[in-house]
Amino acid sequence: MIVLRIVGPHAQAMADRWSAGVIPYAEMGYWQPDYEPKDTDLLCAFRVTPQDGVPPEEAGAAVAGESSTATWTVVWTDRLTTFEHYQAKCYRVEPVPGVEGQWIAHIAYDLDLFEEGSIANLTSSIIGNVFGFKPLKALRLEDMRIPPHYVKTFQGPAHGIVTEREYLNKFGRPLLGATTKPKLGLSARNYGRVVYEALRGGLDFTKDDENINSQPFMRWRDRYLACMEAVNRAQAETGEVKGHYLNVTAADMEDIYERAEFARDLGSVIVMVDLTVGYTAIQSLAKWARRNGVILHLHRAGHATYTRQKNHGVSFRVISKWMRLAGVDHIHAGTVVGKLEGDPASVHGFYDVLRKGRYDADPSKGLYFEQDWVSMPAVMPVASGGIHAGQMHQLLHHLGEDTVLQFGGGTIGHPMGIAAGAEANRVAVESMIKARNEGRDYLTEGPEILRDAAKRNKPLDMALSTWGDVTFDYASTDTVDATPTPA
Amino acid sequence: MRITQGTFSFLPDLTDDEITAQIAYALEHGWPCSVEYTDDPHPRNTYWEMWGLPLFDLADPAAVLDEVRACRGEHPEHYVRVNAYDASLGRQTVALSFLVNRPSEEPGFRVDRQEGADRRVTYSIHSYATERPAGARYGGARGGSRSNGHGSGHGQH
Repeated sequence: MIVLRIVGPHAQAMADRWSAGVIPYAEMGYWQPDYEPKDTDLLCAFRVTPQDGVPPEEAGAAVAGESSTATWTVVWTDRLTTFEHYQAKCYRVEPVPGVEGQWIAHIAYDLDLFEEGSIANLTSSIIGNVFGFKPLKALRLEDMRIPPHYVKTFQGPAHGIVTEREYLNKFGRPLLGATTKPKLGLSARNYGRVVYEALRGGLDFTKDDENINSQPFMRWRDRYLACMEAVNRAQAETGEVKGHYLNVTAADMEDIYERAEFARDLGSVIVMVDLTVGYTAIQSLAKWARRNGVILHLHRAGHATYTRQKNHGVSFRVISKWMRLAGVDHIHAGTVVGKLEGDPASVHGFYDVLRKGRYDADPSKGLYFEQDWVSMPAVMPVASGGIHAGQMHQLLHHLGEDTVLQFGGGTIGHPMGIAAGAEANRVAVESMIKARNEGRDYLTEGPEILRDAAKRNKPLDMALSTWGDVTFDYASTDTVDATPTPA
Repeated sequence: MRITQGTFSFLPDLTDDEITAQIAYALEHGWPCSVEYTDDPHPRNTYWEMWGLPLFDLADPAAVLDEVRACRGEHPEHYVRVNAYDASLGRQTVALSFLVNRPSEEPGFRVDRQEGADRRVTYSIHSYATERPAGARYGGARGGSRSNGHGSGHGQH
């Protein structure tokens, strides 16, 4: 069992640093309140909940130690290294306002600890062992500043927002999508019908769901053929570029590549993969996507198992950073108003991480550090889950223009049919953008703007009367600590 | 059919006042506008003809609208669009692009399929308009409008 001593007034002198046995992490150099982080350091903010009796400085030092060079006891082989260089340094510990027993520990890591361009190595280092460390009740990685020196070792998004828009020839408005429903059970022929109707009706994209891979009711190859027939027919009907996110998630990389190559050969502009395939597979596929001119969409399947609870796990803002480095072009990042978890301030923070070129720390959005992406392309955030045309003003207000709004039920469930559902969404988004650009207070006047548009458009009128008052108003689990003081 | 390229193609065609409002929005953001036209609306036709150079350093939307009108006057049976361009670092691309003219008849596209082995199909989108030479593609020479069979249709047209 790991023994963790309490730092007390009898703190041992550095002379004892090399005595055999167990000494507090803080006294092994992992707690350095005077340390000034270097520009090249990778910085982390951890939310630490120590066991009773463990002082916060020691807990922070233990996190620094266990996520870098330390083991539980003194080893003489440290003396064969410039160990001070490799030790992570906890340089600040602050209590979380209004929460008993939680602290934010700031830890600096030297760049030499990490392999260039490897999310697997970065994460094995930072979150590899320490989350199960017994002296902590709970631990959460809240944020990470990635120095430009390290950013530049990653490929980044295969294409990014600018290239995607140029490729699709679509500017000045959010893109629109829908996930084919029902998620499971449709044959390839029926599945392609949904794709065709949604795309010809007005959506830019349709999407496989995360768990549509290659099941007995519909094998991947049949689905791809059906979807690409639908995409091409819809392009001819509208004169627009259309896409369907063909899910290439599979059991191994050989199968993933086979599926991705088939999608490319059929002329698909985009493929998708699930977060469950792992960081290395995502990096491989991102390289493939850039080589082959195919946009890469990421479905964050499984993330909420470790991102949702506020006291333990990894914040989604960190996952967002890792995925921008790893090289995806799209990622689901919350809707604010839909059916899935997403506190507005936190979601605004995720969107900044994904889209901005650089930004300053902003506690009101949960951004603990500044971040400079040094011209790495931006990732298109995707909003999906329980959203509908009647929320268009709120969606535009919270999420802005560079986003894909995905209305699955809100397209396919339309009483007049799938194409009408798609048309309702497209009319709603174009009306809202037009009103915004004309200088109207679209957030306040949104319902009126939609009602006016619906007078000229039956599908939108029907969508508003079907879903107009549907909301998912529950308290969020993952919220930011800081609340701005009202002006 | 009705081509739905551009930011506002699902709305009724913009009036000149509405076009002016959009241009004003672009200029307020420091985005110069340009006017482009084509008679080949294939979705992959990126390079429409430029109606002169982009209109840099303008403050008055009316000056852009004058160019729109001039282009429409010269090419009444072409597609005409206004692009607003954002030159800021990290963007350096089109910020807004919308149609301000379309031909009186839009014949649309057909899908050409080349059937291969293993049920593979190679697709290409064929624009009916480009069956005629450039400059003679629209404007009364063709027969009636083709329907795209939209069940719901865009009721406003």
